[in-house]
Amino acid sequence: MSQPLINWFKFASPASFYPLAGKLWPWFAALATAFAAAGLWISFFVAPTDFQQGEGYRIIFIHVPASWMSMFIYCVMAFWSAIGIGFNTRLSGMMSSALAPTGALFAFLSLWTGALWGKPMWGAWWVWDARLTSELILLFLYLGYIALTAAIDDPRRADKAGAIVSLVGVINVPIIYFSVKWWNTLHQGASVSMTKAPTMAATMLWGMLLMALAFWMYSIAVALYRVRAIILERERHATWVAELPEMQR
Amino acid sequence: MKARHKRFAIVLGGLAALGIAAALILNAFQSNLVFFFTPTQVANGEAPKDRAFRIGGLVKEGSLQRTDITARFVVTDTAKEIPVAYTGILPDLFSEGKGVVAQGALDADGKFTATEVLAKHDENYMPPEAKHAVDQAHEASKTLKQ
Repeated sequence: MSQPLINWFKFASPASFYPLAGKLWPWFAALATAFAAAGLWISFFVAPTDFQQGEGYRIIFIHVPASWMSMFIYCVMAFWSAIGIGFNTRLSGMMSSALAPTGALFAFLSLWTGALWGKPMWGAWWVWDARLTSELILLFLYLGYIALTAAIDDPRRADKAGAIVSLVGVINVPIIYFSVKWWNTLHQGASVSMTKAPTMAATMLWGMLLMALAFWMYSIAVALYRVRAIILERERHATWVAELPEMQR
Repeated sequence: MKARHKRFAIVLGGLAALGIAAALILNAFQSNLVFFFTPTQVANGEAPKDRAFRIGGLVKEGSLQRTDITARFVVTDTAKEIPVAYTGILPDLFSEGKGVVAQGALDADGKFTATEVLAKHDENYMPPEAKHAVDQAHEASKTLKQ
């Protein structure tokens, strides 16, 4: 068998992933700052006023990227959970735990900015339509994952239980995404999708995509930073941790 | 079959089973998951008769009448129409030809008395100049057809 270019399984070991994550996260943090600066500048100063909603529509530049991230992070958690159950790797559970708070943050941001947007445009802070309700369930799934894994003392068993929650809950993600298509909802349909041309002006779209990139980079940076803390906490008795240069001081 | 292949198969099988279960449940609750009924659905008797429900559609052009703070308008889905009366403050985006969702009850002679009116906007975002150009193009194509 030929030798693969990168031995991915090498990085499945917390001891080799810890320094890699340490090297990577500042780059992602820097990219997040750059994209957010560009994105916010376009959002506030370049993107035109909307014909229908005036200046109020500008909350879309936070709302839509936050909603995308809340759904995407859950899928990544489910991916790591499946890997964790299949390969029995320790790192995958740690990755899921590292992602959960960021996902919960974005789900909350999505609901919160949605409420702030809904009141002036629709006339209601909250309605129980399929889109809003399924997004609220997503927030509860994140909170449930965090609570469940925190309640079990043995980290390996906590990871297993959490993995099952995130795999079961991933069913909710397509429901959120397609809710506006499957049922009639107060929430409007998607402006940007893979199947049709975006229904927004180009500069508006650029602002939104840059903000989405910024949120991606932020999520990666924070997840890597957090997974380092989780690795240190769980591996504190291992010799490689004691041999780390930052432990020598 | 290695142990890890078995575990992956269990995960995939579990997800497939869950997906089917979710699809069946959502299908069974279909009628409870809709946020509003269209005038056509109401005309076909699909809307609940014993409790309040929401209707949704477009505010018919030229149908809005205001007396004091009571607004009367017609909700249409271009096939059927329902006259609506609402006393209260309408949302800013409420206007003729735009989407609306109203909660309330239908009386015996087919009039809908709303307790809450929400504006439903579409997913199009563009500057006013672009909207103006789109409208003009639309008008032009109409004139050509006539």
